[in-house]
Amino acid sequence: MTSANIISHPALPAEWRDFVALTKPRVMTLVVFTGLCGMLAAPMGIHPVLGFTAILCIALGAGASGALNQWYEADIDARMRRTATRPLPAGRMDRQAALHFGVGLGAFSVLLMGLAVNLLAAAILLASILYYVLVYTVWLKPRTPQNIVIGGAAGAFPPLIGWAAATGRIEMLPVLLFALVFLWTPPHFWALSLFVRADYANAGIPMLPVVAGTRATRIQILLYSLPMAACAVAPWLLGLTGAVYGATAAALSAVFLLLAARVGMSREADPAAMKAERRLFRFSILYLFILFGALVADRWIAG
Amino acid sequence: MRDPHEDAEIRRRQKARAAVMAWVLGALVVLFFAITIVKMVAR
Repeated sequence: MTSANIISHPALPAEWRDFVALTKPRVMTLVVFTGLCGMLAAPMGIHPVLGFTAILCIALGAGASGALNQWYEADIDARMRRTATRPLPAGRMDRQAALHFGVGLGAFSVLLMGLAVNLLAAAILLASILYYVLVYTVWLKPRTPQNIVIGGAAGAFPPLIGWAAATGRIEMLPVLLFALVFLWTPPHFWALSLFVRADYANAGIPMLPVVAGTRATRIQILLYSLPMAACAVAPWLLGLTGAVYGATAAALSAVFLLLAARVGMSREADPAAMKAERRLFRFSILYLFILFGALVADRWIAG
Repeated sequence: MRDPHEDAEIRRRQKARAAVMAWVLGALVVLFFAITIVKMVAR
């Protein structure tokens, strides 16, 4: 884990902005959004103060996971162009400070969720942090090309936590939302990993395009998109949501499948010319944002 | 002997971190107070 590239004791104390960067704020945006949508889609209301606290805890828990991920992967990040400027590989922060920050933030988020909101939401939040750090970062990511598939569950927890925070229960709709994000993760990350394949290969991460090649990855993207689309429209087909969500899910999933099919049929080998993969990657982010937004809109329209 | 510029930079960073910490703690005091009121009213 230790590497000559990582400075264990930088001469200067880290800037507060480096601690913020450690929490992966961009990833946190999606996590907060899906958690908030899970909460707003729940049939029971939650007091705004407790709702804010629950979302804050989800954000802090995600930040803690990101910080611990960067602490553990500092030497790998140093070998990848995309991540080499992060606080630890760039030598702007002491490794122990990052570890203490991550553990402290994670423990605080779970305790606050348990004391202020409810124990079920706190238990799922704790499970999501441990899953991301131990199962994904430490165990699967460096060992198997299926890392993204199983690790995808870590990012799928927030709508479940949001729902549990509002209702204190787990029901069919949040489980379907969990499955949707879980199945969305492989096509999303594999599209990215196709055009940054060299980075992963240099870092020794066994991502699918590195291990199985681009052809197999493109087929896998298409194969995972099918159950993902089914999960997206399932809440409507099962009568758990209304037509607003149903129509949005059907239309967006059709576009997703079309873009995934284009990736599946592509033979492009030059990462710089992989337009279909870049398009799918960009659309996949939009897809999740609009789908969850439509879920909330649907709930509000239905009253 | 430490470089005076480095000392000044360390002080600046420590001050900035302390200021951010003060704001965070202040915000948490307000949040905990609000949570307490909500819980008391709910009972």
